[in-house]
Amino acid sequence: MLPDNTEELLAAARRDFAAATSPAALDQIKARYVGKNGLLTGQLKALSALPPEARRQAGARLNAVKDEIEALLRQRREQLMAAALEQQLRQEAIDVTLPGRGQGRGGLHPVSRTLGRIERLFTSLGFAVAEGPEIETDFHNFTALNIPADHPARAMHDTFYLADGHLLRTHTSPVQVRYMQAHRPPLKIIAPGRVYRCDSDLTHTPMFHQVEGLWVDEHISFADLKGVLSEFMARFFEREDLPVRFRASFFPFTEPSAEMDIGCVICNGAGCRVCSHTGWLEVLGCGMVHPNVFAHVGIDAEVWQGFAFGLGVERLTMLRYGVDDLRLFFDNDLRFLRQFA
Amino acid sequence: MQFSERWLRSLVETDLGIEALGERLTLAGLELEAIAPVAPPFDQVVVAEIIAARRHPNADRLQLCTVRVGQGEPLAIVCGAANARPGLKTACALVGARLPGGIEIRPVQVRGVDSHGMLCSARELGLAEAAEGILELPHDAPVGVDLRAYLHLDDRIVTLKLTPNRGDCLSLTGIAREVAALTGARLQAVDCSEVSAASPVRHPVDVLAAEACPRYCGRVIRGLDAAARTPAWMAERLARSGVRCIHPVVDVTNYVLLELGQPMHAFDLGRLAGPVRVRWAQAGERLHLLNGEEIALAPDCLIIADDGGPLALAGIMGGAGSAVGEGTRDVFLEAAHFTPAAVAGRARRYGLATDSSQRFERGVDPELPRRAMERATRLILELCGGEAGPVVEAGPGVGARPPIAFRPQRAERLLGISLPEAHMLALFGRLGLAVDTGATPWQVQVPSWRFDLVREVDLIEELARLHGYERIPPRAPSAVSHMLPAHESERPLDDLKAYLSAMGYHEVITYSFISSEQHNDFTNETEPIVLRNPIASSMNVMRASLLPGLVHTLRHNLNHGQERVRLFELGRCFLGTDAAAQPLRLGGLAHGAALPEQWGMSARTVDFYDVKAELEALFWPQRPEFVPAAHPALHPGRCARLRLHGVEVGWLGSLHPRLTQKYDLGTSPVVFELQAQALIQRPLPRYAGLSRFPAVRRDLAVVVAADLPVGPILAAVRAALPALVTEFELFDVYQGQAVEPGKKSLAFRMLLQHTEKTLTDTEIDAAVAQVLDFLTRHFDARLRT
Repeated sequence: MLPDNTEELLAAARRDFAAATSPAALDQIKARYVGKNGLLTGQLKALSALPPEARRQAGARLNAVKDEIEALLRQRREQLMAAALEQQLRQEAIDVTLPGRGQGRGGLHPVSRTLGRIERLFTSLGFAVAEGPEIETDFHNFTALNIPADHPARAMHDTFYLADGHLLRTHTSPVQVRYMQAHRPPLKIIAPGRVYRCDSDLTHTPMFHQVEGLWVDEHISFADLKGVLSEFMARFFEREDLPVRFRASFFPFTEPSAEMDIGCVICNGAGCRVCSHTGWLEVLGCGMVHPNVFAHVGIDAEVWQGFAFGLGVERLTMLRYGVDDLRLFFDNDLRFLRQFA
Repeated sequence: MQFSERWLRSLVETDLGIEALGERLTLAGLELEAIAPVAPPFDQVVVAEIIAARRHPNADRLQLCTVRVGQGEPLAIVCGAANARPGLKTACALVGARLPGGIEIRPVQVRGVDSHGMLCSARELGLAEAAEGILELPHDAPVGVDLRAYLHLDDRIVTLKLTPNRGDCLSLTGIAREVAALTGARLQAVDCSEVSAASPVRHPVDVLAAEACPRYCGRVIRGLDAAARTPAWMAERLARSGVRCIHPVVDVTNYVLLELGQPMHAFDLGRLAGPVRVRWAQAGERLHLLNGEEIALAPDCLIIADDGGPLALAGIMGGAGSAVGEGTRDVFLEAAHFTPAAVAGRARRYGLATDSSQRFERGVDPELPRRAMERATRLILELCGGEAGPVVEAGPGVGARPPIAFRPQRAERLLGISLPEAHMLALFGRLGLAVDTGATPWQVQVPSWRFDLVREVDLIEELARLHGYERIPPRAPSAVSHMLPAHESERPLDDLKAYLSAMGYHEVITYSFISSEQHNDFTNETEPIVLRNPIASSMNVMRASLLPGLVHTLRHNLNHGQERVRLFELGRCFLGTDAAAQPLRLGGLAHGAALPEQWGMSARTVDFYDVKAELEALFWPQRPEFVPAAHPALHPGRCARLRLHGVEVGWLGSLHPRLTQKYDLGTSPVVFELQAQALIQRPLPRYAGLSRFPAVRRDLAVVVAADLPVGPILAAVRAALPALVTEFELFDVYQGQAVEPGKKSLAFRMLLQHTEKTLTDTEIDAAVAQVLDFLTRHFDARLRT
């Protein structure tokens, strides 16, 4: 018969459940109370022998006790599972401060990095990227650019020649010529690439990189040239207040021609070794495309006009990252390259 | 172009300081390169005269001099210079003077005798690197005058960097004109008025090459004073332009060249035989030059000759045989106009860059010879006396130049600003241009010295320069805008670089030229492209492969202690001179451990398959074939040629042990070289649907001959797969226990799936059987049991 002291029963259950240290142990103990042969189950079975009224009363009481026990069980199970999880987590803990594993990280060459930035800035303004061969003809490198044989301007270019009269391009300007031969205006391109001059000392390497630019349309003027190139330099150096100036100069393939200077980004114009104490840095040559160049490629200079420029990529890279020796770019020392990864 | 600031200021009056003037010139295209004082700072040094000198009582080599310094009593000064003598005018640093190098002059005792000052050498005053004895000043030097003032030592030497188009500025007059045009300053004219002939003597001139020499002025001057010396003022100006004094007549021609820009030459009249002829050289002719060299003349060399043969290389250098020297009494002066085409290139060919050739190559004012002749005559007569004959002029002369048509609105359109016509006219006026505005377009007459101005655009540039580039406001262009095409089936090269960077490769940029030896080591292109003028013999051929540069860079980094090196380069290789024969390639190299040394991973050297996986990922979704092949730089058993759609697209392999040893690399790096174009192309994705039905995996292990390459098996099976099989991959290769010798076991994973239904076991078994049957028939495979 069911003891009257259900309180005792519940207290026993509480004790027993608390003593269980694992879900499996708890399940065994659970069987003692509510399992097939459990104390409570037996009493519930015995109800059928009672008269209806007593059966109803006892049944209600028993069911309440059963509910109570099951709640206790659930509670204890949750406690045990939380504890088990806790333990698992403790066991699985690792030293997150150990280094990660796997492949190392490489990186781009700093000149490549600069080329990428230049390309992104100009393509954002709608310039397409064009390329051309590095072994060039005399015509494309000189003649078509209004530099005839024996012109004193050729002395400005120390040219590498091949035995058959071909040469290594001394600037990226021949790409202009090739592009204008193949396309009709309006034209809007930049042409990055390697160029070669027969010169090697502290500040010259026989190979370096230039980016050529060309914008030909009906009304592209010198004022536009100043606008585009000033904005480019400000964006490249991320200095909105970067001082710039344009000096008159001479290139056979442009007229008017200009050299562009920027305020020294090393000393901010105060004067330093890099800017030879002038406060200015010469960064590119530019000008309005010369009518003779248009004539060589069959473009009517009465209708079309525009500007061209050529800038030195190594120089911009050195200024941007504070590299003080040009030759480092071609030593390809990993200790150097890793600094740009 | 280097010159004295004082000299320039004698020709143009401007209040601008030299720095401001230099800035203005720089902005206008005449770049100021340097301003250097002619003497370092010092003070209280005066012109002095030694009035008595006797031997120092206590020293053989010292003299006790009595020196007049102007005011006050003569000073007693001890001097060790051998040339200290009575009557000599020299420089005396007074007590209290400060000399270069921080020397301060005090009264001292020299071996028991008081000395009240110091007689100075040019070196002690910083005027020369070395000097023998104390400074010797002219006899008429005024005693007591400050030496700096007397020798104009507060002058400065200005150096301008000129562009090749501004030959007109290769003279003091030219620069003065430019200063006047830029600043509005007033010019001082040089006296070029006619010197009338005092004698009728003339020497005949015959111009036989009028196209090269349209004007030749000659003049005889006889009876020169052999004792004449170049005066100090001229010597000073020459020296400050970097020109040495040689002989008064030669100095005058050099002076006129610097002053006016007209190169001149003086012949010793006594050494001329017959008329002076301007003609092209004949084959076989030789000329002994002033600089001591003898050259063989080419038929395109313009020369001055007489009956005896060549006298001078026209416009470049005179000959030794007819040169003016110590004994010269009579001279024949030449002032000629040679065209740039007649001179250009010759000087360089003979290694003779002279002041004269530099000017003629760039062009000289064709109206200048006569004026220069008069100027030089006047100076020679002044310096050396003598009698001048009349000027002989030969040659057809340079015709008047046609005016240049100019449209104001064209200038505005090109420059992108509006310029009032009056302003344009004012600017043209400052340049000496005469404008006829009555005509449309305007007609602009250019003065003879601005021979560089021939087209409308030249005039527009002049307007921009004089107006000032800085006064043309920058404009953000407004033009019809179009988006750039974005070809999805072309992958940006940056993506390839980004991938390789993520795989641990560092990008390098190596020289495009390598040595012949490297070329032979790495390529099978038999004929390298050779440079005619390489910078070094180790850089004399154009690379036909990226591998030599990569291996060279590996060697460099091993030398600097790197143990694990992964490099790549994207660049052109050179197989020919056509654009198509200069392909862009992507090369790479992996050396050392497969992974950086780290905890929890066992160290292993990188191998072929590591890099192969990276290349497969690089090509993905394209799948190149790796075909065994031979490459001169690669290990014959570890080398594959890559093929994509039947086209060869590159190589992958281990460096040949022979080269590994030769370049001392320790272990062989795995290297690759790919055609960039093959990597750029990629197919546009096309959605093929997803199956809602489960995929089933079946593994199939077969035994085949051990030497059978796996690649062709995979390719053949994939090409013949039943439609149900969606994936066929190798997951294991095994040789050893349980596989008979000479055989290997290959385990494949197959995924089978139908798009419209769940597969039955029968269907699956049939498909697997079909694949097995294919393997058996084509590769003699047996099911591994």
